[in-house]
Amino acid sequence: MSPNPPKKEYTRKDFTSDQEVRWCPGCGDYAILAAMQRTLPSLGSTPENTVFISGIGCSSRFPYYMNTYGFHTIHGRAPAIATGLKLANPELDVWVVTGDGDGLSIGGNHLLHVLRRNIDLQIMLFNNQIYGLTKGQYSPTSQVGKVTPSSPLGSIDQPIVPARFALGARATFVARAFDTSKKLPDALRAAREHKGASFIEILQNCPVFNDGIFDLITDRKTGPSCQLWLENGQPMKFGANGEKGLRLSPQTLSLEVVTIGEDGITEEDIVVHDETNASLAWMLTDLPEVVALGVIYRQPGPVYDQSVQAQRELAEVRFGEPDLHALLRQGHTWTVS
Amino acid sequence: MQLTGSQFTTATADAGNDLATFPDFPAEIRAPAGTTYGVSGYQIHFASHNVQTPGDAPDVLVAMNPAALKVNAEVLKPGGLLVVNSGAFSANNLKKAGYEINPLEDGSLDRFRVLALDVTKMTLAAVKDVGLGSKEANRCKNMWTLGLMYWLFGREREQTVGWLKNKFAKRPKIAEANIAALNAGHIYGENAELPHGISAYEVPAANLAPGEYRNISGNEATAWGLVTGARLAGLEVMYGSYPITPASSLLHNLARLKHFGVTTFQAEDEIAAVASAVGASFGGSIGVTGTSGPGVALKSEAIGLAIIAELPLVIVNVQRGGPSTGLPTKTEQSDLNQAVLGRNGDAPLAVLAAATPGDCYYMAIEAIRIAVKYMTPVILLTDGYLANSAEPWPLPDLDALRPFPVEFHKDPEGFHPFLRDDNTLARAWAIPGTPELQHRIGGLEKHRDTGHISYDPRNHHLMTKIRHQKVAGIARDIERAKVAQGEGEGDLLVVGWGSTYGSISQAVRVVRSQGHHVSHLHLRNIWPLPEGLNGLLRSFNSVLVPELNYGQLVKLLRAEYLVDAESLTRVTGQPFRIGGLIEAIEERLQRSAT
Repeated sequence: MSPNPPKKEYTRKDFTSDQEVRWCPGCGDYAILAAMQRTLPSLGSTPENTVFISGIGCSSRFPYYMNTYGFHTIHGRAPAIATGLKLANPELDVWVVTGDGDGLSIGGNHLLHVLRRNIDLQIMLFNNQIYGLTKGQYSPTSQVGKVTPSSPLGSIDQPIVPARFALGARATFVARAFDTSKKLPDALRAAREHKGASFIEILQNCPVFNDGIFDLITDRKTGPSCQLWLENGQPMKFGANGEKGLRLSPQTLSLEVVTIGEDGITEEDIVVHDETNASLAWMLTDLPEVVALGVIYRQPGPVYDQSVQAQRELAEVRFGEPDLHALLRQGHTWTVS
Repeated sequence: MQLTGSQFTTATADAGNDLATFPDFPAEIRAPAGTTYGVSGYQIHFASHNVQTPGDAPDVLVAMNPAALKVNAEVLKPGGLLVVNSGAFSANNLKKAGYEINPLEDGSLDRFRVLALDVTKMTLAAVKDVGLGSKEANRCKNMWTLGLMYWLFGREREQTVGWLKNKFAKRPKIAEANIAALNAGHIYGENAELPHGISAYEVPAANLAPGEYRNISGNEATAWGLVTGARLAGLEVMYGSYPITPASSLLHNLARLKHFGVTTFQAEDEIAAVASAVGASFGGSIGVTGTSGPGVALKSEAIGLAIIAELPLVIVNVQRGGPSTGLPTKTEQSDLNQAVLGRNGDAPLAVLAAATPGDCYYMAIEAIRIAVKYMTPVILLTDGYLANSAEPWPLPDLDALRPFPVEFHKDPEGFHPFLRDDNTLARAWAIPGTPELQHRIGGLEKHRDTGHISYDPRNHHLMTKIRHQKVAGIARDIERAKVAQGEGEGDLLVVGWGSTYGSISQAVRVVRSQGHHVSHLHLRNIWPLPEGLNGLLRSFNSVLVPELNYGQLVKLLRAEYLVDAESLTRVTGQPFRIGGLIEAIEERLQRSAT
């Protein structure tokens, strides 16, 4: 055997478990699962070093279908469990899978703190704007007026904008994609490459309880005029022929959709995307007429698990070799003879 | 006041006495001075013989203001020495304490030997030359009084002088003033002509077993036990915690021990704290979380997850008065039911209880041993009294502690995550990062033979049974039940658990010395209960179970053994008084005799 055996080339199959996938037919989760299984081999990931941690809900069944390590935990707590895992073994590549209910309702607190601490893991929030597993109640991302079994006269809750929540928690990486998009793997890749907590909101269709909620965005015909795929350093243009774009309105200090060539608008008027600009990111998370997709914000910051390791190394330098005998004798001791 | 008490404790240990302490302080951080609810007390019991409790009724009470007198005067023995700072008995302070007439003047303290000194004035005179402001100078009066007490009981001052210099290294004037006050108090004792009957005592050294000693509080002992246990297991510790009284000092102690392979994580809440510990155990550390009763309530679901996923986990519950927020700084044993039963589903785990501050060290090691050997959560019950009180502790012989190194599962042959050890029934612990052992665990029921999700009714019954048998089997791996004092049969067996060990032990000793056939049995394993307990319970005519709760262990014993055990309850937020226990035991004996 050679001292350096060739690195195994992993394929989609290596990341696919032997478990029968049990989401409803037509669920957006299938597309996300396929994108993940396809993408991981190209990221240099190995099945043994990859871990999926999930909470409760349809999205949280995800780990069972990955041939990696996985932990299907309790409702809302996946970020906290992933934090402990990452502190125990920072070498692992940890993905958190959550949904709009799991991550923003019962687990909102943990999501807030895992983002602000900037723990090095990837968080995929599948947003279908509904509670699926409990059979169709409104979720914290459901639109006002949504009629469900628990809101027969329409939901009166103001919805959360997940990417905006993440920015508010001072996330260092915020991206958005949708389940069937060909560009979803790019977002997964960017999240994986980012050091720190990467937040990806994935718009996901629930064919049973909230079917077609994102059709306008995902449909082949209407999509191009609703999808703004962001590219760092590039003008923010969209539309079938790239004829539309975002301009900063000096009157309202907000972004407005304009058409190039109309009303004297030229390419020069279109704002160029800057991933490190938090103010711009804030505006991009909630636009009129169009949905910003791709990497909305990316600004590296101190990574929590690295800081923990650094403090441990500092303690070793400052206090020297751990000595239990000396520890028990610190302070005052006396001898009875 | 707590620092003053600690200093007296250290000096007393140095003098070779055996001792036990009981710090008693309010929940408020800076409760208004002079009010009865703001009184901070420190009780110490020391002797030339064996000491197991902080004592029922003090011989000496030092009251620094009227409120302190009001709260504590009734416990002082008649004829006891009462030292008061008369300088603090102003009209305003008397009013705040609820005195209409100055008790120093109305004869109400005649049953004591009263030594009323204007400590405030004498302290200010002693520290005058240091040149402090009046507020800072006034703060030295505790040290003046400590100096007087050092004289009264023949304690040495060197240790406290060194401690003051070190504590106020950056403020040498403060150190100087406090040392001057300490010395002045001592000199006052030497020179003043004190009333008849007040003179320096000599308390000879106790007959402690030879060896090296230190004073230790329960939370220190628990922290060091966790570190020691993890090293015996060959694992790192991940301690996830959310600050809560009286468990916070566990977090503080462990945060200073990062170089021992300890990671501490101050989580956003109690749930995240336990969840992070569960995640760490999944990753191959020993996940530990520490809290008090209300925190355990929040952690219950995650503890259930560790039970069904069969991961090791240690939960330290430093019990306090409940329910809800209850009495945060007062002690109680009222979380036994919660520990043994408090989860959804049939959710067994191991429950241990420490008996003394020093025992917390050994029980923390035992908690880790059981957790990793049986792949189960373990709840270690201590309490506010154990956490904060101190006792002389013979240092352990580290070489005599038996290692229990964890071996992670690495063999892919025939692997599935619920592969079990035939003997312990523990499932295989295979950690992420191990090649070819990728697997998924979680809160859904899994099939016994594959580890896959299973809704099969028979499988769920079987898995419930296995989880039960696994925890029940721990009984074979712990010490058999045995009496701590007395014979294995007789008229009355007094069964205790946790921090009441010292009081029950003393009470039983007294009753036995009167010729009664009473024995004491102390449980450190609450669940599973030790083997041999049933036989012992049946070898006595009656069984009495004193607890600092409204009757919890007693129900467990009655349910498990169909034994007519009787409850003795006290829920005052304070330890048992030995006198009260003796009365209850005598009353029980009389009742069976008639």
